[in-house]
Amino acid sequence: MHVDKNQEKALIFEMSKPGRVAYSLPDCDVPEIDVTSIFPQQFIRQEPAELPEVSELQLMRHYTELSTRNHGVDSGFYPLGSCTMKYNPKINEDVARYAGFAKIHPYQSEETIQGALEVLHRLQEELAEITGMDEVSLQPAAGAQGEWTSLMMIRAYHESRGENRTKVIVPDTAHGTNPASAAVAGLETITIGSDENGQVNIEELRKAVGPDTAALMLTNPNTLGLFEEQIEEIAQVVHDAGGLLYYDGANANAILGITRPGDMGFDVVHLNLHKTFTGPHGGGGPGSGPIGCKKELVPFLPRPQIVKEGDQYRFDFDIPQSIGRVKAYYGNFGINLRAFTYIRTMGPEGLLRVSEEAVLNANYMMRKLAPYYDLPYDRFCKHEFVLSGRRQKKQGVRTLDIAKRLLDFGYHPPTIYFPLIVEECMMIEPTETESKETLDEFIEIMIQIAREAEDNPTIVQEAPHRTVVNRLDEVKAARKPVLRFKKNG
Amino acid sequence: MSYRYLPMTVEDKKEMLSFLGIEDVNQLFADIPERIRFKGKLNIPEALSEPEVVRYFSTLAEKNVNSNTHAYFLGAGIYDHYIPSTVDHVTRRSEFYTAYTPYQPEISQGELQAIFEFQTMICELTGMEVANSSMYDGPTALAEAGNLAVGGAKGKKVLVSKAVHPEARSILKVTGKGQGYDVVEIDVTDGVTNLQALEKAVDEQTAAVIVQYPNFFGAIEDLAAIEKIAHKHKGMFIVSSNPLSLGILQPPGAFGADIVVGDAQPFGIPMQLGGPTCGYFAVREKLMRKIPGRIVGQTTDQEGRRGFVLTLQAREQHIRREKATSNICSNQALMALAASVAMSALGKRGVQEMALLNVQKTQYAIKAISKLQGYEIPFAIPVFNEFVVKVPGKVGDLNRALIGQKIVGGYDLGRDYPELEGHMLIAVTEIRTKEEIDSLVQGLEAYARG
Repeated sequence: MHVDKNQEKALIFEMSKPGRVAYSLPDCDVPEIDVTSIFPQQFIRQEPAELPEVSELQLMRHYTELSTRNHGVDSGFYPLGSCTMKYNPKINEDVARYAGFAKIHPYQSEETIQGALEVLHRLQEELAEITGMDEVSLQPAAGAQGEWTSLMMIRAYHESRGENRTKVIVPDTAHGTNPASAAVAGLETITIGSDENGQVNIEELRKAVGPDTAALMLTNPNTLGLFEEQIEEIAQVVHDAGGLLYYDGANANAILGITRPGDMGFDVVHLNLHKTFTGPHGGGGPGSGPIGCKKELVPFLPRPQIVKEGDQYRFDFDIPQSIGRVKAYYGNFGINLRAFTYIRTMGPEGLLRVSEEAVLNANYMMRKLAPYYDLPYDRFCKHEFVLSGRRQKKQGVRTLDIAKRLLDFGYHPPTIYFPLIVEECMMIEPTETESKETLDEFIEIMIQIAREAEDNPTIVQEAPHRTVVNRLDEVKAARKPVLRFKKNG
Repeated sequence: MSYRYLPMTVEDKKEMLSFLGIEDVNQLFADIPERIRFKGKLNIPEALSEPEVVRYFSTLAEKNVNSNTHAYFLGAGIYDHYIPSTVDHVTRRSEFYTAYTPYQPEISQGELQAIFEFQTMICELTGMEVANSSMYDGPTALAEAGNLAVGGAKGKKVLVSKAVHPEARSILKVTGKGQGYDVVEIDVTDGVTNLQALEKAVDEQTAAVIVQYPNFFGAIEDLAAIEKIAHKHKGMFIVSSNPLSLGILQPPGAFGADIVVGDAQPFGIPMQLGGPTCGYFAVREKLMRKIPGRIVGQTTDQEGRRGFVLTLQAREQHIRREKATSNICSNQALMALAASVAMSALGKRGVQEMALLNVQKTQYAIKAISKLQGYEIPFAIPVFNEFVVKVPGKVGDLNRALIGQKIVGGYDLGRDYPELEGHMLIAVTEIRTKEEIDSLVQGLEAYARG
């Protein structure tokens, strides 16, 4: 099919013509009643919703064309740091569509969904093993919700001990969701700095902790891709002050079978199943953000938990100190099921190899690129690493330009301008599912762009050149927001 | 053992290690203190081959009663609906499902445009001006609406009708605890919100009044009357709404709602044990800069071509950090895509037709059940596709009897409403045939006879 990619793509509303349909419903087989005899006139819709009117083929062409204007992991390399854009196995997609999983209702009686409950119960247990925690809840829908849920549990834990602890400490390398989750949980954030090695500044931590410390939130390896070597001491400092340790699992792809948050001294953890456990990412979601905790926090887990009694699985609502419910039903079952399929496929040795190879790939790329870009932290990284574009900036080429230039070569760029403490930051996460050839090709292109920044900066500054649209006016979008289509303008 | 998702060969590994000047991959982990290194092997089952995975999961799936073989009369927030075949064909396109949040608009125009269209469809159905790109689900969207209302208000109290989904109320309470506001529940009389009780409870401390339309019992709430009460002291009027019902019902926007939330599950999203679904969140234009989550806006590129970007990001957690009022980051984009395809497939006409079929089939079932000995329809109220039935004995026992006849019966209201012990909430969607409804009626009759 030929698609002229330089043409604007029509909105589905602009293709609409009265009388066309893309659905097929049966005729009404029961006696029809006049709706005015059921609903008072004021509750009957006056103006129909202006939804599109297209045929089935028009609909398929529309969405197929939209898909060609989108880059996914299956389209090409996607080294978006902290997002773990690994391959999304196809068997997971098939399993999630089995009728016995896709076509079941959350309020069916427990004895009619034993297979689904077995999946969830086993997944709870296996994630507890992987993280070194005592229990796991699969309820949170995404990482951020897992963070907030855990913080609400931490609040409840301190309150149950008659303590008023309201401060959450986060390092300046933390994901934005960490302080935001603290705020939504009604807790205050204290940000502490990093030392020259990109690690938590222990002296600052010592000053920050006190009788008001609720928790420290930490990503390990951190968002610079570096393992917090002093984690035991960090845990000691926080625990001695009576606070708890929270593990942000966004970077768990580096540690499977190598080290466990529970053994590092963490009390609560969330995992992003859409990252480490092949979710997939869905264009922004759905994710799944299970949490695990040590036994002190188990009484506060969300309701219900899935338990096994004899050979039967059931929901346990009898958790008197539970913080309550955080998500309807039992979490994003479909995503949890995909993650479980992945764990079944990989087994313990496979998961260990995942982390080893993710880390080897990252170190290989880092070392290959180090001569061409500034490497702010020169040591072995874990599954991701950061480069700084400050050398290129002096040549008038910003990190944003480098990212846009990568688009011309069919790559999704790295995460840029994060973490905030690295100037002109690029955060690169290759994952373990990419071949050495792919890494080498990407490295070549990064080197080429570094040369272009010296010899022909314009080509980088004006990139992208080969995409369906070039740089979009984001200021205009925010100043004069057009957030929906309107018929006749 | 070889793993099909891991392309690194022995040769590759050797080359890479030698380039790094090390001999063993373990040297890359030398910065992890020995004491916290995990020793041994994770205690999880060994890897399965692909055929073994298929067998393993097929066996587990077969243990679950599902809607391929059973007629579902169970709703209460998740429904068994017609899903056009096109939906799965679109959401299986891996350009969509293997992408993440469209941070790079030049290579994400497909996703961005699809979301822009989703936002438009939600605005159309709800009668609102601005919609975001999705929330986790309807109930969490409702809790976020509570946060939005309290955020700008002097009062720290949210009134919520007991006819709002019980799980949504539970989540609202946890959320309210986090944000430091009180959630006060308003009683229900004869299946609808008690307006006298609401009138009495609303005061200057009220940041919002929340109702559901159709409510948890399937009934139409008097939004015109509730709007007046909600706005009396300048609180916000929040309505949670099943978007399919808006094919036939006057939308909340037409009654002056400030925020409309709900779950788009009825449009193209399988039940899958209740998740993932797709929350939606729609507001008046004046609240545009306070809406949580991602929003897509239209703009132009340097050559004047129309394009789409994530916009109004100053609202979002990654910018506001500790000043954020919502922490949502990942959302339910793929489910929003599924809902968009279903809404496009149904279109202007199909949404009305499907909504009407729900009403007709439900009325047929009500009429038949009301004639049965031992059963009673306690509330004489207009409903969309659900209704309450008083059954003889325990709902659980009745449902166990119905399963034997390949029927999944209704929701046990006694779980959440002690006064409704022995009451069942029955849902009848467009795909229940007359024959299936008749066999439900026969099943109920047989059960009552003992």
